[in-house]
Amino acid sequence: MATEASGEEKGSLVFHPMDQFIVEPLFGDGPVGMFTITNVTLWMFLAIVGIVALMVIGTSRRAIIPTRTQSIAELAYGFVYKMVEDVTGKDAVGYFPYIFTLFMFILFANFLGLIPGSFTTTSHFAVTVVLALAVFLTVTILGFVKNGASFLGLFWVSSAPLALRPILAIIELISYFVRPVSHSIRLAGNVMAGHAVIKVFAGFAAIAAISPLSVVAITAMYGLEVLVSFIQAYVFTILTCVYLKDALHPHH
Amino acid sequence: MATETTGSAPVSTCVDAGGSAIGMPQLCFDWFPNQIFWLVITILAIYFILSRIALPRIASVLAERQGTITNDLAAAEDLKHKAEEAEQAYDKALADARAKAQAIAQETRDEIKAELADATAKADAEIAAKAAESEKAIAEIRASAMENVEAVAKDTAEAIVAALGGKADAKAITAAVSSRIKG
Repeated sequence: MATEASGEEKGSLVFHPMDQFIVEPLFGDGPVGMFTITNVTLWMFLAIVGIVALMVIGTSRRAIIPTRTQSIAELAYGFVYKMVEDVTGKDAVGYFPYIFTLFMFILFANFLGLIPGSFTTTSHFAVTVVLALAVFLTVTILGFVKNGASFLGLFWVSSAPLALRPILAIIELISYFVRPVSHSIRLAGNVMAGHAVIKVFAGFAAIAAISPLSVVAITAMYGLEVLVSFIQAYVFTILTCVYLKDALHPHH
Repeated sequence: MATETTGSAPVSTCVDAGGSAIGMPQLCFDWFPNQIFWLVITILAIYFILSRIALPRIASVLAERQGTITNDLAAAEDLKHKAEEAEQAYDKALADARAKAQAIAQETRDEIKAELADATAKADAEIAAKAAESEKAIAEIRASAMENVEAVAKDTAEAIVAALGGKADAKAITAAVSSRIKG
């Protein structure tokens, strides 16, 4: 968190790697209230626009022989659909729209965040924690609704020796409640770290001797971030599928 | 984290006077309600757009494509069957024609053979008739020749007998000639 303003006084290196994550009102300078239209609003709206462009406008022709955009939309559909079917099971396809929504939102937010000067909504814990908590609550409630008390069998590893089971139950219980934490911090942490590192490298570009190296490093990091953007969306989605599987089939 | 900056008053607890973030903007609780509110709106919007419009459409397109592919494959299978049937019909027609040709050839051959046999028989009969006729003629000629021989022999015998000065007894001469000729 080296964002001291003292760097400006020296006039050489100015690092503000976290400034890109500041939430600010789009219009005026007022405080950020709950309903204020901020850069969060703008970039989330752009994610909606992107998703609509791809999934609705791109498929509007309903072509049997798909156009390029329609191909991508179908590819995304097939990718997530197969994931839900393979990981969670055939009876879980009813939750496919929800999982697909999560995947598309995270994917578009991540990729829109890669546009230089943009704001990355998924780099904020407030966003990812809400997403992860929604999954956690859905899974927990669904687990009890579908299985009743036998959902607790998830924590009682019946394949382990009897003496070990209470200990395992405690471990399982802790790991279950850590899920939303790791689920959300993994996504926001990865995205935030990548963006911050790029900013740090960009700061080094101010020194003429290092700047070529800095540009190379930024390029390399950008490539990595493109990868991370997709992989984190994928990981978040597949973990959602895994957790959902626990809710639908709690017995190991 | 949110260390108070010296100097001019901060814009908020998370941004200092210079417009830089204080600590991690991710942990600025002032911004949480805003982010959560817009996130919920966004997620709901995306969910409704996808589940109401996009996903059913893509599902129907995929199903339709699957149907088209299945239909096309079935049509191709059908056409293949038809082609095979046509080939079989062609082969059958060819075989039929060949058999028919063979039958016609056989018939013609038989006809010719029968005609030939007929002609041969007719010719044979004619030949036989002619041969019999000839034989008869030959026999007649032979018989008449015999008679002539007998007559000549009788005459000759009478003449010889007369020349020898005997009185020729016609009956005796005839008997003698006859017995000589037969003997």
